[in-house]
Amino acid sequence: MAEIKRYDNRLGVWGWLGGGRWGIERYAYILHRLTGLAILLYFLMHVVVTSLRATGQYLWVEGGFFHQPIFKFGEFLVFAAFAYHALNGIRLVLVELGFAVGKPIEPIYPYKTSLNVQRPLLIIMMILAAILLAAGGSEFLGLGK
Amino acid sequence: MTMSKTNTTTREINFHVTRYNPETDRTPYVKTYRIPVREGMTVLDGLHYIKDNVDPTLAWRYSCRMGVCGSCGMLLNGRPTLACNTQVLHIADTDLTVGPLPNFEIIRDLVPDLMTMFEKHSSIQPHILRTDEAGLNSPDGEFYQSPAELEAYLQFAYCIKCGCCMAACPTLATDARYLGPMPLAAAERYDKDTRDDGRRARNEFTGTSHGAFRCHYAGECSRACPKGVDPAKAIQYLKRQLVLDYLHLARRKKPCQKMHGPGQGKPLPNIPAAPAKTV
Repeated sequence: MAEIKRYDNRLGVWGWLGGGRWGIERYAYILHRLTGLAILLYFLMHVVVTSLRATGQYLWVEGGFFHQPIFKFGEFLVFAAFAYHALNGIRLVLVELGFAVGKPIEPIYPYKTSLNVQRPLLIIMMILAAILLAAGGSEFLGLGK
Repeated sequence: MTMSKTNTTTREINFHVTRYNPETDRTPYVKTYRIPVREGMTVLDGLHYIKDNVDPTLAWRYSCRMGVCGSCGMLLNGRPTLACNTQVLHIADTDLTVGPLPNFEIIRDLVPDLMTMFEKHSSIQPHILRTDEAGLNSPDGEFYQSPAELEAYLQFAYCIKCGCCMAACPTLATDARYLGPMPLAAAERYDKDTRDDGRRARNEFTGTSHGAFRCHYAGECSRACPKGVDPAKAIQYLKRQLVLDYLHLARRKKPCQKMHGPGQGKPLPNIPAAPAKTV
């Protein structure tokens, strides 16, 4: 029998980013992945840049590149990624160990899912992330001085 | 007594349907059909209207027409759901996009190839596993299971294998080897069954790097499920059990045994004794 040709309809990265009208946990998932990749990228750049200190000390002097506002803003973005990733990560650890998802129930329409049960935890974590961002923002951007 | 009148007025809706013929098309394309829709009409009815009156070459898969068989899973306005369970006017005013379930290969038009899902499903051994299989296959008694023990897995047993959760999962979109929500929920359903003794055998599949820990709780499977099965919840329970098993903290339980004859089950409290025999 001849092989039937098929079209691979896998969404790929578009499955993370696109896909229509999704729920808040989907966006939390996407942001968690993006911030994780961003922190990893920052870590690699950090290692490389710090290792260059021996040959490029002028970058660190007062008024050099690493004291420019754009660099401070970059540091703040790294801090923001860290704050979100850490607090959302705590929620994920709790949820993935079976806490805050509720018990199995009889599915009666309109269906209530574990997403409804864990949402207060998500909201609390996002409020904590916002507080951390505000505190970190005033520090990094020099507003507290 | 007055009967409520059925609204028989019709409205023209544009069905933007994905078409793909493997013999003639390199990639899928969208074809638009303008059809009259009345209140109560499902997307499946609309597809039948197109096939009967406009374009007989349109292909899709369906069977029961009432949300039981799980054949007509489709992407309707960007969301995976059952065509038979969805009324057109509930999700569309003027335009409706109808596509095949993503994350599967397209065989033709709206027909996805679900074999990858079924192969993953069978890999986790979705049936009762016991060492005393001879006793399982000989119907000489009933296994004792309390209502509470039944409720521990009953929700996950309502799965109809429609594939909507697999189409909604963003992790599956980039990792083809990930088992996916349906097979993992099925594993949890059998792991929690007190008649079953195969959890550790299933852990060999569900505990791999493409198993339960690949899930990061985007929750779309639970949101998409047309039967309220909540696969995301099942997967989180599965992860907890995998951690407990890995750390040797899980209590070893023997699978429940058969009752041979009446009077061996635990009686429920507050049930009065049967009256004395009169004959």
